Amino acid sequence: MNFALWIPLAVPVTLAVLSLTGGARPPGRLGPVASSAAVLLSGLLLVGAVLAGDIPSLGGGLLRADALSAYMLTVVGAVGLVSTWGGLGHAAAAPGRFAGSYDALISVFLAAMSLAVLADNIGLMWAAVEATTITTAFLVGHHRTRSSLEAAWKYVILGSVGVAIALLGIVLIYAASRGTGEPTLSWLVLSRTDLPLDPALIRAGGALAVLGFATKAGLAPMHSWLPDAHSQAPAPVSGLMSGVLLAVALYAILRIQTITDAVIGPDFLRVMLSIGGLLSLFVAATLLIRQRDFKRMLAYSSIEHMGMMAVGAAIGPAALPAVLLYMLGHGLTKATLFVISGRILEVEGSPRIDDVRALLVRRPGLAVPWLIAMAALVGFPPFSIFFSEVGIIVAGFGAGMGVVVGIALVLLLVIFAALTRLTVAMTVGAPTVGAPTGTAPGSVRAAPDRSAHGPRLPLILALGTTAVVAFIAEPVGTLLARAAAVLGGAQ
Amino acid sequence: MFDTVYPQLIGLCTGALLLTSALLVWRHSLLASIRLLSVQGFALAALVAVIGLEEGEAEVIIVSVLVLLVKGMALPWVLAHETRATTRTDEAPRLNPTAGLLTVALLTILSYVVASRLLSGDTSISAHAAPIGLAMVLIGFLLLVTRRQAGSQLIGFLVLDNGIATVAFLTSGGVPLFLELGISLDVLLVVVILYVFAGRMRNKFGNTDIDQLRKLHD
Repeated sequence: MNFALWIPLAVPVTLAVLSLTGGARPPGRLGPVASSAAVLLSGLLLVGAVLAGDIPSLGGGLLRADALSAYMLTVVGAVGLVSTWGGLGHAAAAPGRFAGSYDALISVFLAAMSLAVLADNIGLMWAAVEATTITTAFLVGHHRTRSSLEAAWKYVILGSVGVAIALLGIVLIYAASRGTGEPTLSWLVLSRTDLPLDPALIRAGGALAVLGFATKAGLAPMHSWLPDAHSQAPAPVSGLMSGVLLAVALYAILRIQTITDAVIGPDFLRVMLSIGGLLSLFVAATLLIRQRDFKRMLAYSSIEHMGMMAVGAAIGPAALPAVLLYMLGHGLTKATLFVISGRILEVEGSPRIDDVRALLVRRPGLAVPWLIAMAALVGFPPFSIFFSEVGIIVAGFGAGMGVVVGIALVLLLVIFAALTRLTVAMTVGAPTVGAPTGTAPGSVRAAPDRSAHGPRLPLILALGTTAVVAFIAEPVGTLLARAAAVLGGAQ
Repeated sequence: MFDTVYPQLIGLCTGALLLTSALLVWRHSLLASIRLLSVQGFALAALVAVIGLEEGEAEVIIVSVLVLLVKGMALPWVLAHETRATTRTDEAPRLNPTAGLLTVALLTILSYVVASRLLSGDTSISAHAAPIGLAMVLIGFLLLVTRRQAGSQLIGFLVLDNGIATVAFLTSGGVPLFLELGISLDVLLVVVILYVFAGRMRNKFGNTDIDQLRKLHD
């Protein structure tokens, strides 16, 4: 099964080269979709291997797929597939002369995220995370407008400085492992509990590494790049960044947490992550109430969900299965929403919520999936975000963190109300004659537009998966339990 | 012979690193800053070479050549190329030079205090010099937040990165070679990307003043 570790790295890179050389011809445009499918396929293969009790590894243990890595790879592939496949219509509408490099960058981006979750070496993972910043920089600036340039500049500066702080932390962790005779950066070795690691260096290194990766994960107060970058990037890229890049950064935090918890106990990072999580929820709540732009609304919702996941990570082992399920549920839902938001932006010509009214009457083809996905996002059952949030809250009360969880719950309710109000404003109501700009005259009273303006199947698959995944104990439940056990959640 | 010179060489190299960082805060001309950055790259390469000679590891010597090529030559060359294209190469920072240098002194003291707690168990010569790396990281931050031109921000980022490399080499003899390669490549690419963005900024805005990036907000 070791070959499955190569697929998510080699296939996207090969396809990227083909996209660059093949140009904008139609089969070439399928490169990102094929890359995502390859990542998803190898993720599923590795999950199968892990569930069979195997731990595939390659390159002298440099690449290694335990239950957590295999699960994360599957999430990357699944969210990637929804974003790229669902974005096909969007991409086809604007082929342009940058289409080849656009497709190539998305493929390399997918390979970088795969490398980040498969690497058994913190340094290699760091390089992969930095590579995600590099590949997405031009994707964020793809539209070449003033705003997208501004967003891209902020994104690259804050992203690379944040990740540089993480590198300083990693360097200190490496220095802390000198006491073991053979300095190492391997997750597997460092998370063994019997190592004589220097506590002072681990404390400083862990704090800096978590701070750095939290910047990349969009946790407040280092979140300021996120709404700009996610709203200015083309919709499929936003879906990938919001849905899965943030989760990959959180994955790094979870791995670092395992190391620090073993050396200096869980309290240290628990405080940091609780503050970061609650602050993110607070920032999202205050800015969602008065939000005017639906792509920024989705971006702030990502900050909210990352905040909730950080609270879950702070709670510790009992909440980890819920956090991991959360990554999948949020990723699929957010990718779906960004794909639809791209289509709405394309047909309505405006990102402002005020300009997009009565979608349910005018464009049911877009409004119905939008409504369903928003319901999943704000946490209605049977969608898995509901179960993840409940899991985190219950685990929090169980772990004696009732105050933190209580505050989080209040903020979640505020966000729920804000998102519901904005969604209702966009979808429900009667169309006003002549008001919407960017539509053909007379189309307002004409027959409702039932077209989905792009492939429907990826959206149905994504929402269907989030709706049923929480009910599947075997193999999903087993996999989540084993992945959480990798992070010290073994009971 | 080398054992007696070794502490002095370490002191000389780290001294040069700190001096160039402080001078970067003091100088406002972009081209002068880039020359200083190049000197800093050479000092870092020399530091790595000294550590490599002391440990007798060929791998570290290779890394020092890599550092020399990337940080001493390639990056300053990219930056200088960018800067010559701009019409205005002088910086009007938010801090005047005196306040800047005082802040540098404070940051250096701070990093010595922090490092004395962190590395209390380590008595090697190189660990004694490690606070310099930390001070460079903080000075990099200072440059990032006080400069207004895109090019100066880039220099701040590179000083920050040099500081991290200094800490890495002084505390643990550097990370493994393949990682050093990956990290250098990443930094080089980030600088190239920011360089391209600075070019686009000049096309769209006529200059590279980052204070005008205020359109996106809530």
